[in-house]
Amino acid sequence: MPHEHEHDITCQQLLASLGDYVEGEASEQICREIERHIAECENCRVVVDTLNKTIYLYHQSAQSTSVPQGVHGRLMQALKLDYLVTKKG
Amino acid sequence: MDETLTQPISLEALRAGSRSEFARLVEQYYTPIYRLALKMLANEQDAEDVLQNTFLKAMQHLKDFEGRSSLSTWLYRIAANEALMLLRRKRPETSIDAEPQEEEADLPRPELFSDWCCLPEQELLSTESKTQLDFAIQKLPEKLRIVFILRDMEGLSIKETGEALNLTETAIKTRLLRARLALREILSTYYKERIQPEP
Repeated sequence: MPHEHEHDITCQQLLASLGDYVEGEASEQICREIERHIAECENCRVVVDTLNKTIYLYHQSAQSTSVPQGVHGRLMQALKLDYLVTKKG
Repeated sequence: MDETLTQPISLEALRAGSRSEFARLVEQYYTPIYRLALKMLANEQDAEDVLQNTFLKAMQHLKDFEGRSSLSTWLYRIAANEALMLLRRKRPETSIDAEPQEEEADLPRPELFSDWCCLPEQELLSTESKTQLDFAIQKLPEKLRIVFILRDMEGLSIKETGEALNLTETAIKTRLLRARLALREILSTYYKERIQPEP
């Protein structure tokens, strides 16, 4: 981030605590300091918001990833378990 | 959904060699294991190879499973090792071992500050955007990519991710933040064009 501010924590300190903050593991005091900081520092607010959005998008994207046709059948054949399964892609 | 899929897997039955119980294990986990391999390798044939090798090895080594982690974490561990071994065969420098100098280095400072959160969900997760998400994750070093996939895409806890990769929770947290910040920068480059269309 381009400059430091007269906040309780600096932009660089926020960055160092960001992992715990995003994980919901930061202490109440750190959370308060981060929230006070991002209320005044637009760049840090954007970083926090877009970081959370990045995590959300990847999670959503993963959940919509499907297994191609035929993969399941070949897996069960390789494991010699295909006699237990009658129908699947 | 088939009720047999939602019932807990019996480790006792697996150890006793139950084929039907192993089939239930496969049914419960083949999708996330395939997904992990695909996101790691970006190649469907390689992902299928990793999927098959993961369950073949699980079948062979069930007797060695001591239950110190969950069955799912154990499977993720085998799959992660298989994927990394495949990458190592293609690019011999691949390693997920701790590299203290890098772990302790300063975090990269964010450089892009476009607020693209306001874009509609159908834009953020369009087919083209999903291709960009896949493209971006391939730009991460393997040791960051695997941590990000397990934690943020597959939803393992920090502890489980550490168990799957045989890394400390501190190392996982450091790599995770590096991965997230790197992906945020790449996505910011892509999405800012969507909020500031060229005239």
